[in-house]
Amino acid sequence: MSDIVEKTLTALPGLFLQNQPGGGPAAAKASFSSRLGSLVRGITALTSKHEEEKLIQQELSSLKATVSAPTTTLKMMKECMVRLIYCEMLGYDASFGYIHAIKLAQQGNLLEKRVGYLAVSLFLHESHELLLLLVNTVVKDLQSTNLVEVCMALTVVSQIFPREMIPAVLPLIEDKLQHSKEIIRRKAVLALYKFHLIAPNQVQHIHIKFRKALCDRDVGVMAASLHIYLRMIKENSSGYKDLTGSFVTILKQVVGGKLPVDFNYHILLQVLQKYILLLYLTMILTISAIFIFLSLAILFECVHTVYSIYPKSELLEKAAKCIGKFVLSPKINLKYLGLKALTYVIQQDPTLALQHQMTIIECLDHPDPIIKRETLELLYRITNAQNVTVIVQKMLEYLHQSKEEYVIVNLVGKIADVLVLNTVDTYAPDNAWFIQTMNAVFSVGGDVMHPDIPNNFLRLLAEGFDDETEDQQLRLYAVQSYLTLLDMENVFYPQRFLQVMSWVLGEYSYLLDKETPAEVIAKLYKLLMNDSVSSETKTWLIAAVTKLTPQAHSFDTVERLIHEFTISLDTCMRQHAFELKHLHENVELMKSLLPVDRSCEDLVVDASLSFLDGFVAEGLSQGAAPYKPHHQRQEEKLSQEKVLNFEPYGLSFSSSGFTGRQSPAGISLGSDISGNSAETGLKETNSLKLEGIKKLWGKEGYLPKKESKTGDESGALPVPQESIMENVDQAITKKDQSQVLTQSKEEKEKQLLASSLFVGLGSESTVNLLGKADTVSHKFRRKSKVKEAKSGETTSTHNMTCSSFSSLSNVAYEDDYYLNTLHDRGDKELKTFSLNSELLDSESLTELPLVEKFSNCSLSTPSLFADNSMEIFHPPQSTAASVAKESSLASSFLEETTEYIHSNAMEICNNETISVSSYKIWKDDCLLMVWSVTNKSGLELKSANLEIFPAENFKVTEQPGCCLPVMEAESTKSFQYSVQIEKPFTEEILSGFISYHMMDAHSAQLEFSVNLSLLDFIRPLKISSEDFGKLWLSFANDVKQNVKMSESQAALPFALKTLQQKLRLHIIEIIGNEGLLACQLLPSIPCLLHCRVYADVLALWFRSSCSTLPDYLLYQCQKVMEGS
Amino acid sequence: MIKFFLMVNKQGQTRLSKYYEHVDINKRTLLETEVIKSCLSRSNEQCSFIEYKDFKLIYRQYAALFIVVGVNDTENEMAIYEFIHNFVEVLDEYFSRVSELDVSFFNTVFHGTQAHSSPYQIGSCSVTQAGVQRCDHGSLHPGSPGLK
Repeated sequence: MSDIVEKTLTALPGLFLQNQPGGGPAAAKASFSSRLGSLVRGITALTSKHEEEKLIQQELSSLKATVSAPTTTLKMMKECMVRLIYCEMLGYDASFGYIHAIKLAQQGNLLEKRVGYLAVSLFLHESHELLLLLVNTVVKDLQSTNLVEVCMALTVVSQIFPREMIPAVLPLIEDKLQHSKEIIRRKAVLALYKFHLIAPNQVQHIHIKFRKALCDRDVGVMAASLHIYLRMIKENSSGYKDLTGSFVTILKQVVGGKLPVDFNYHILLQVLQKYILLLYLTMILTISAIFIFLSLAILFECVHTVYSIYPKSELLEKAAKCIGKFVLSPKINLKYLGLKALTYVIQQDPTLALQHQMTIIECLDHPDPIIKRETLELLYRITNAQNVTVIVQKMLEYLHQSKEEYVIVNLVGKIADVLVLNTVDTYAPDNAWFIQTMNAVFSVGGDVMHPDIPNNFLRLLAEGFDDETEDQQLRLYAVQSYLTLLDMENVFYPQRFLQVMSWVLGEYSYLLDKETPAEVIAKLYKLLMNDSVSSETKTWLIAAVTKLTPQAHSFDTVERLIHEFTISLDTCMRQHAFELKHLHENVELMKSLLPVDRSCEDLVVDASLSFLDGFVAEGLSQGAAPYKPHHQRQEEKLSQEKVLNFEPYGLSFSSSGFTGRQSPAGISLGSDISGNSAETGLKETNSLKLEGIKKLWGKEGYLPKKESKTGDESGALPVPQESIMENVDQAITKKDQSQVLTQSKEEKEKQLLASSLFVGLGSESTVNLLGKADTVSHKFRRKSKVKEAKSGETTSTHNMTCSSFSSLSNVAYEDDYYLNTLHDRGDKELKTFSLNSELLDSESLTELPLVEKFSNCSLSTPSLFADNSMEIFHPPQSTAASVAKESSLASSFLEETTEYIHSNAMEICNNETISVSSYKIWKDDCLLMVWSVTNKSGLELKSANLEIFPAENFKVTEQPGCCLPVMEAESTKSFQYSVQIEKPFTEEILSGFISYHMMDAHSAQLEFSVNLSLLDFIRPLKISSEDFGKLWLSFANDVKQNVKMSESQAALPFALKTLQQKLRLHIIEIIGNEGLLACQLLPSIPCLLHCRVYADVLALWFRSSCSTLPDYLLYQCQKVMEGS
Repeated sequence: MIKFFLMVNKQGQTRLSKYYEHVDINKRTLLETEVIKSCLSRSNEQCSFIEYKDFKLIYRQYAALFIVVGVNDTENEMAIYEFIHNFVEVLDEYFSRVSELDVSFFNTVFHGTQAHSSPYQIGSCSVTQAGVQRCDHGSLHPGSPGLK
């Protein structure tokens, strides 16, 4: 049956052209002497591109007139569409016809509709805005009783469909899965596959139906569903183990000849790769030994599979034989496949390469560059210290021949990888060879190579290997070879190469015996005067000259250079020249600034520029406004200009995050004022030039303050511009202040604020915090009521970190915490027991008795924890004062004054020595994962260490104290990690392991994993209805969905309460049958939800600034609503 | 995954193009020119797979017509190579003896057959299935399928 429908479909356009399939091309040509025919023939006859363009333009303009004419019938329109498709295929823009294609799909009869759909699928792409207009047509056609129409609609859905509109068609397509016609079922599965690709969360609930499709009696449907499974299994291989049986059955049927072998074969194999199915693979390997091209393709997949599953000798042997057949085959395509297979295999089994040595060598000199390249790829994988010279030689040869940029970048990367990136053990046999090869790489790779390569090369030179004399020789050789290269006349080197040379010469010329620094400078000067050298390279060169100047004895060239460049039009160069000039006047200073061979030493850099605080203070006291960073100035400017203003709301989020992050670090006002330069300063800590500048200021006498950052000078690259940037930055700061001085009265308010701000310089970061919040924007002040509680909290945080609390109150607080957690666990109702942080300060003493009472109570209930061995939560038996010392966990909580809800502890893994349990603490700014490890044995454990495997979607940060040197017998220690979400997901596994040493030096490792759900990162967002309205308008991404509710929960308040409890959404307001909710995904992605209830349907409408978040939340909502 | 499917003649005129990933219309022309240039520069003794930028081209020549398929790294070259041949065989069947001009005249038909085979990863279509069945019966002859 499916064949018939299929035939009808494919024959449709043919019918439309009045062509009988049997009639042959001649008949077609006769009947189709219409415009397309003449157009095609006309174009074929033309010889030049120019004429073709003229003809097409003419055609397009006539088409444009026709399609927009009201008299054009649908039949004519369909004919125009065909021509438009042809024109667009030739690369001419036919966008004026897009809308007409959609119209045709909407209005036409079957044939016209078909052409319309076709045109739409060819013209538009997924995110095209016109696609929305098609949705209605698709929905209509999906409901049609005509099979062909349904087919067409399903086809177009599986090709292009706007992601946001999926909910509109999803139920219809789901219904089609039960359709009696195979072709419809198959197309429905394909459409769902498409949805799975573009929005996996929206089809999550129909996984069961996919299973049904997998067991469908029609092969086509089954095969289509395999695609979905391939994808899902790739994402999560452990989740579908139970389906292995079905896959094996399918494979058996294929092998047994019951099902036609088709292209999906290899997809099936890929699916199976995840599981170990040796038996069946053996079968396939024998069967496909026949030499047919397609079975060779399958064979290739088999070999690949054999090597990716758990190795078994029999299979490996067979696979090796197959590879041998491939490689030795005289057919070039097979040879290619063989080489590719070898490349896969070689890392596991290098002996295979030995077997085919001669073939590989032959392939190396093969006339076909593609084969050569594949061979080089293979060789690259087997590079070692012995063969490196030959392999690199071959690679360079290939490099010299090839012209294509992509190839060059790729190969240069590989050579450099072999030589440099691998800094621990470079394969290079000796210095001379190494430098020469690198020279070749630099001169060929030139400016297209990855910038990491020169950086790593220089780092290698600077840091050197273990042997100091060896290093010196390497450097000396590099210097000598560069000097010879520079001596050559009329040779042009790539800019990157020149930069490398200039750095090396600047740093290591002192190693030279014969040539004096002055001679080197002369050479550099010659380069500087060369017009072909870019200005970036010139700054490198002049930096090198600056470094060499203190070592030189004659200064002719230097003076000439200064003279030349102090009048340069390039400001950058001029800056450098002036720097050099001033340093040159004070040779002693210069020598101390630019010491010889010190590029690798660590430096302390005061990135906050706190030494300028005095200057700033003076400026402010004279009435200057505080410095505003560039982005802030721009935002203010924007907010003044715009009539419709969405800015402040976005800002309020970021600013609250900002203060939250910054203030605990105690960054002073001084650093705040020069905030911008602090940022750049941080970035530049590995700039060599910075060294000089910092010390220069050091002579002028400033004391580095507490908050100054320690930069890590890794001795990488001198980046002269950056130092200029910093200078410029300061200049801006100064200029800004001087401008501010002359500013008018309208800034008076701000000046007041500024001076109040300034009073607390360096000591009260809280003032700074509040002041900052105000300067961020005017609108923010209005919102300060909402934020008040928050800033209050932060204030007390500071107080606490400043240890203004008495130890007694500390203890009280701690005990309170225990109580809270206790009650949490014991009785959820008591969870609301909260500690007013502002009151704590004054009331802690009076509260103490109460607290004592509670702690007594907690003492009486330790049985709660007994099973989990969570000693950490045991109220200590000793005196209250010692609690703080003992409990590292509690102390970390001290920093926060709010209490957090946490999950129950769950044992995740154990063995005879230790048991690990974990729980989540949902803090306001992150998810804190706590693993508590209990040593069950009577022995002491050493160097217990917990490591978390890096995950794609998270950023996991270790809290202090996570590596314990010693763990006493029968004790419990906890490890804390704060987890930040990087990109939204539904559920993800965080896994890691714990390793420890027993007393007898026997080390052990225990793996565990924890499930994290999106909900762990959702926090309520407390905003007002008014703000909700404004935010709602500013978000572009929305998702709507109706959810059916059961009888019991049909009331809106009930539903909202469920959402609030389960998803941590904040209910803003309930108006009649509508509700407003808001939440945020950490760190600060807001998401708004609008709910409405009709009868038993809950209409959910999400909006967010993040495109994927609504989908994920919707899924969670569905789950919650179904679950309750 | 297949990225695009091209039928180009030796003169560099595009006879049929189908992109499964959106490519800007200006870039298409450029890409097609470069693709045909790299195909033309290769002789019969060289292999039919070309590494081009970050993807692979698999091509087969039938008389003056090149059929080129662009695929990403995960695709099996050999399977695609055979897929091209199957496609041509099916065309040959449909038009009894297919010629280069047929392809242009009936580009709607072609898109029709391809619409279902669309990203060949996406599904087994009538074309591929029919083709593969034929292969399976061993009647595969790598000679010219009648393209003049």
